[in-house]
Amino acid sequence: MAALIETEGLTRHFPAGEEVVKALSDVTLTVQPGEFVAAMGPSGSGKSTFLNLIGCLDRPTSGHYRLMGESVETLSHDRLAELRSRRIGFVFQSFNLLPRTDALGNVELPLVYRGLRRRARRDRAAMALAAVGLGDRMRHRPSQLSGGQQQRVAIARAIVGSPDLLLADEPTGALDTRTGLSIVTLFQALNRGGVGVLMVTHDAEVARFASRVLRFRDGRLVGDMRQEPADAAAVLAALPPMEHAA
Amino acid sequence: MNVPGVITREPAAASPPSPVLPPLPPGHGGMDLMEALRGALSALAANTLRSILTALGIFIGVAAVIATVAVGEGARRQVTAQIQSLGANLLIIWGGSATMGGVRLGAGGRSNLSYDDAIAIGREVPEIEVAVGSIRQTFQMVAGNQNWSSMVIAADPDYFIAHEWVAELGRLYTAEEASAARKVVILGATVAENLFGEEDPVGREIRIRQTPFEVIGVMARKGQNPMGQDQDDAVFIPYWTARRSVMGASRANARQVGTISVKIHEGEDMQEAEESIRALMRQRHRVAANEPDSVSIRNLSDIQATRDAAARTLSLLLASVAAVSLLVGGIGVMNIMLVSVTERTREIGLRLAVGARRRDVLAQFLLEALVLALLGGAVGVAAGLALSHLVADLAGWPVLVKPDAVLLAVGVSALTGLFFGFWPARRAAMLDPITALRHD
Repeated sequence: MAALIETEGLTRHFPAGEEVVKALSDVTLTVQPGEFVAAMGPSGSGKSTFLNLIGCLDRPTSGHYRLMGESVETLSHDRLAELRSRRIGFVFQSFNLLPRTDALGNVELPLVYRGLRRRARRDRAAMALAAVGLGDRMRHRPSQLSGGQQQRVAIARAIVGSPDLLLADEPTGALDTRTGLSIVTLFQALNRGGVGVLMVTHDAEVARFASRVLRFRDGRLVGDMRQEPADAAAVLAALPPMEHAA
Repeated sequence: MNVPGVITREPAAASPPSPVLPPLPPGHGGMDLMEALRGALSALAANTLRSILTALGIFIGVAAVIATVAVGEGARRQVTAQIQSLGANLLIIWGGSATMGGVRLGAGGRSNLSYDDAIAIGREVPEIEVAVGSIRQTFQMVAGNQNWSSMVIAADPDYFIAHEWVAELGRLYTAEEASAARKVVILGATVAENLFGEEDPVGREIRIRQTPFEVIGVMARKGQNPMGQDQDDAVFIPYWTARRSVMGASRANARQVGTISVKIHEGEDMQEAEESIRALMRQRHRVAANEPDSVSIRNLSDIQATRDAAARTLSLLLASVAAVSLLVGGIGVMNIMLVSVTERTREIGLRLAVGARRRDVLAQFLLEALVLALLGGAVGVAAGLALSHLVADLAGWPVLVKPDAVLLAVGVSALTGLFFGFWPARRAAMLDPITALRHD
């Protein structure tokens, strides 16, 4: 079976006037299906650039990248879009939900570009919302949902197309500890089901739930460590109870 | 730290049995149009007021075009109908000013045309079907206890051929009745109404200047002529009857006529016929080579040509107004689409991230601009039609809405939407998803 992610000398430089910003230099890495990888590093370390390249949102200046065995660096815009649609699910720090659209509509969105009929899309989106525990909130708009619930909608949107790889950019950054933990719990559950997870975070507390931690500094991969992940569900259960009802 | 027995709802909700979904069935690999349309409508509905104001530009342009074209077309048809009511291929010869003792009397003064001029024209100009002289004069006419002042037109029956006029009731007089100077009269529809009301006038008697006439027919209604005169407010009697019994005759005017109506054979050159008539009249009136023509000839196609030119100018003006308002409306659409693209940069980034191709984004915004313009156009057509009917009802102008004008207006508004929507849509499609997602 092909590796989930395979990079070789992956490099991304941005021209900035006379200078060249070396956002990412020479990253060689292999991630197998089913891994839960956390990418850590201070801002400007290249971890977000790495995520964008892995997410097929950007193309490398040089180097190679194969996603599920398929070379990405030479693909057209349309093929990249198709890869994003079929292989990848994105979760963002700021959720990025469409504000005027209810949860169901938001989750349905990726399927629109997969060419599914409306009926099939709605059923599938409902399934995804139920899977993240929001089966009773399908008709709510983002403004009617809490931050944690909004991020669950975003995760439902990310998994609705059965991706091989879930990419999360600071998914707990806008959430309180408890809610963040519940989100990470969901990631771990998905990961146990076979979905590869690559999560960018600057929070070591969050990184300990990953099975592998990458460290970036100045555009270079400076650390690659495997670890026994902590169980987010257990940590969450061990937290002191909230003073008010959830 | 941990209080046993207290269970919060969050963890329970966070751990559903298996959040991994079964594999997705393959789709047909493209965005469906209905979904795109739904998206466009909901995006427009989200900024209802803004959408309405933007569509207003297109709306006004289209409504103005529909209404003005309808009014213009109605007016054009009416003029054409009026001109045709006078008779096709018709030339009217007016006598030039007669000269009495060195005093020229001007047009409409005593005529120098004679009954015999008409006969000569009919005989000698080959293009001519009929040429008939007529005189007209206003008299008071009486029927029973009703009376009415109207125009008496005295002419031989060829007049009805020249002017393509038939009787609605009864009959026209014959050539024999005319040459025998029989006292028969045919009433115009207006006169018949005023003298007899609802009753049938045929067989009844009217008096013109004390002379009794038998009504043998009522003319078909013609309506107004292009000068706005009621052509039905007249009665017709034979020429010689008029000379003997009504208008009187002196040696000076015994065979005089006011005008000669000439009908040219279908397909003959009016211009050539006119030239022949002028030459013939110069000869018959003994006009010296250095003097102006003795008659003037009015060609109804001249009037038509003038009207057509005026209508063309009007159409051109309307077209420019339409073009300008659609241009302004289109720029409005472009402006608002640019605003919309900027406002929704993050949304575009997200759509790209979840698998939208550039052309999907292009199509989305193009469709939005198209729907916006078409909504404006459609409401504009409706308002234009309503306005046309309002004009028809209030001002009493004839209006004519041609389906191709409606199609054109809708088509042009669609093109406006596509043309002015393209640039903003392309801008949206070309956005870099990473920058777009970071946009505030």
